[in-house]
Parts: sequence; C-alpha cells; structure tokens
Amino acid sequence: MSLTGRAPAPDAEYMMRDTSSHPPAHAPGYKTSVLRSPKLALISLQQSLSEVTAPQFRAEELGPLDHDLIMNYAKDGLPIGERVIVHGFVQDQLGRPVKNALVEVWQANASGRYRHKKDGYIGALDPNFGGCGRMLTDENGYYRYRTIKPGPYPWRNRVNDWRPAHIHYAISGSGWVQRLITQMYFEGDPLIATCPILRSIPDEEQIRGLVALQDTSAFVQLDSRAYRFDIVLRGQRATLFENAVNGGGAR
Amino acid sequence: MNAPQIKRETASQTAGPYVHIGLAPQAAGFDIFENNFGPVLVNDQTKGERIRIEGRVFDGIGTVLKDVLIEIWQANAEGKYDHPGDLQAGKAIDPNFRGWGRGCTDFETGVYHFETIKPGSVAGRNGRFMAPHINVWIVARGINLGLNTRIYFSDEAEANKKDAVLNLIEWEARRATLVAQRETVNGQTVYRFDIRIQGDGETVFFDI
Repeated sequence: MSLTGRAPAPDAEYMMRDTSSHPPAHAPGYKTSVLRSPKLALISLQQSLSEVTAPQFRAEELGPLDHDLIMNYAKDGLPIGERVIVHGFVQDQLGRPVKNALVEVWQANASGRYRHKKDGYIGALDPNFGGCGRMLTDENGYYRYRTIKPGPYPWRNRVNDWRPAHIHYAISGSGWVQRLITQMYFEGDPLIATCPILRSIPDEEQIRGLVALQDTSAFVQLDSRAYRFDIVLRGQRATLFENAVNGGGAR
Repeated sequence: MNAPQIKRETASQTAGPYVHIGLAPQAAGFDIFENNFGPVLVNDQTKGERIRIEGRVFDGIGTVLKDVLIEIWQANAEGKYDHPGDLQAGKAIDPNFRGWGRGCTDFETGVYHFETIKPGSVAGRNGRFMAPHINVWIVARGINLGLNTRIYFSDEAEANKKDAVLNLIEWEARRATLVAQRETVNGQTVYRFDIRIQGDGETVFFDI
C-alpha cells in the first residue's frame, strides 16, 4: 500500500507547508526584505474550499509562441546569446504529476538586462528578445521551453552584489495553496555561492533544488544545450477521514 | 510496505522588481502576448453585483509600495468556485466568471484595483459558515514567500461575526484588517482594501 497509489479526492486538503523549506520573511542579507516582512505570526488555517481550489487554465488561452522565448519577440532577427532548452517535471510532494499547471517564466537577456521600464542597467536591450514565456504542463506534469541563457547583473544590495544568472518562475497548480514563485539557477555559476537572495534559504538541499543541471540527453544537435529543472508543489493528501473540506458533514 | 517518500516543496524566492515582465508584460512596458491576464474578472454576462476593489500596499514604515503584484481568487455570485474540487450541491458554475484576476500596484500612485463581483458565501470546512470573501496572494521584491490573506466586506457585518476564519483570529482588533470598506464613487461600488505588510495595523496573513 502506498499513498501515491490512491488518488486524492478532488476536495482533499493539502499537506501542511514546511516553512523550513523556504527563506524566512525577514532575511537581513537581502535588505529589501527588512521592511517587507510581516512581524506578527501568520495565522494557520485549516483548509477550506477557498484554499484547495484554484483557477484552471486552458491551452486556447495561450498563443502558439508563448512558450518560445527565442521566437516570441523576434522582430528582425534572432536574439543574441546562448540558446538553451529548459525542461522538467512539476510534481507534488507525493510524486504525482501536477497536470495542466500554468508555468510562467521571465528573465533578463544575455546582457543581464530586463525589458522593463524600471530597469536602468547599462547592459544593452536586445530588440529581438522579450524575456517572458508561459506554458501548461502535460498529463505527466512535463514542461519544456527554449530561451537564451540570461546574463548575471549587478543590483543594489551590498556594493558589489551580482545576481547569478537565473530565470524566474510562477507556478499555478490545482490548489491555491500550491501557488509558488521561485527562481531557477544554472549549474556551475560562481555567483551562486554568495547570492544573498539564494542564501536566504536556510538549507543547502533546498538551495541545490533551485540549481538546474546541464542535461546532455536533451541537447539539440548543433543548436541548443539543455538544462533540467524539476519543481515540487504541495502534496494533496489521499484521504480525508472525519474532516470534510467541502460543505457538509458533521463537525 | 514502504512509507511513501515525501518530497520537499521547492523553495520559494522573491518575485523581484521585474515581476511584471513575466506576469503583466504590458505593465513592464511592452506587448508580447495576445491574451493578457489582468484585473478585470467580469464580462457583460457575468452574474452578480459589480464591484471594484482598490487599495494600496504599505511597508513597515508606511511607504506606499509601487512594485507589488496581487492575485485574487474567489467564488461566483452563488458562492461556487469554478474548480472540480467544489462539490457543493445546488450551486452552479457561471460560465462567464472564472473568479481569478491579477493586478499590479500603479508605478505612480501605488493603487491596485480589480473589477469583479461580490462573491456568495461558500460552505466552510465541516459545515462551518464562511462569510463572503476573496482570497488574496501578494508578491513583490523583498517578499520571500508569497503572502496570503482574505478580503471580507464591511456591509456583511452579521455574516463576518459568524465567519469561521475571522473567529480564529484571537486578537479581535486585527480582524478589521481583513474587512474592505464599502463606498460609492461616481455611482460605482468600491471596496477599499489597504494592505499593511508590517508594523502598525499589520494585515493578518495566513499560513494556508
């Protein structure tokens, strides 16, 4: 008997969040968090329908190039930089695929510059690169997109802090409690060792989980290298006993 | 019989200052997607009372934050979520209302807004009562793990008194941080909901 073999009821509750898997709200090494972190304890909720449901997305809502960061903003040529494929699986904590999850990604270009009106970094914009994409996972929880490897860039924290190359992710699964926003890094980047944002995570294993490994099995010959990045969302418990998330039932 | 291997949830990281590129590219200053997710949840056919929600987000010394992204998730006018997990009997999905929206605080004014409908009451856990409410998720530069809260409605005072979640908050004074104030502005119903991330009047955030 294994928990993973039993399908959870559609209204089943999710496993409690292990806060030690995440950076604390107040992480002084990342200076901006100091005034943007609640001081009071979060109030723990037993989940109701409000927490176990979430918006569901349809393939028709996304355009045919939304997942192709190399082509989705190309105006008069190809974007500059290293061509890479990023792929992986979105699973829950019990190893079940999270199907039809919305995966949204955004990043700087090869120069470390974001296409954003508030980014004033001297690194050049690339007229053929937007820097965002989105896709849905398939029935196996698999996602894949291609892009240009982002460059590192300096930011205002300590005087010489540089962000390691990274791609931002926002993932929407089947329950509101699964909503997750994170960043993916690239194996071998020397800036990983000192990044105050990455180091706000209190656990080496969890930090390693954000570092995508080069995946030669997915290289495209004479075209692109590949990186593998798997994501784990909160797990939905298989069975509810006396506790019913949905309306009825005794207390 | 082996105990199942429980994986750890992937670590969260801040949305950063340029979250708009990925989640609201038009706010970042460019057009890339044909279909953009935004703060308008309704169309002409949506059932229910039209409302606008607006407010600002403040940091620990009262600064208005202008780089925040907020998402809301709510039931329809009958109190039904558009999701297969909502098994409440006798309530129908509204095909013209998904119940999800995404908004940004304005780079100049710091005001965010949503155009939506007032949700109906959703049955709570184990048959407990929940007053009409909207679920809120807040991310921004400096927020390491998305913040969850709820919007309740000032004209639902009786229902709010019976709400299972508001009653969980043992500091009664803090419950008011979750109640949006109803106003009428130019004939439109507006609920004002300010969010204080830290310090005096700190909004109640939930570990869900």
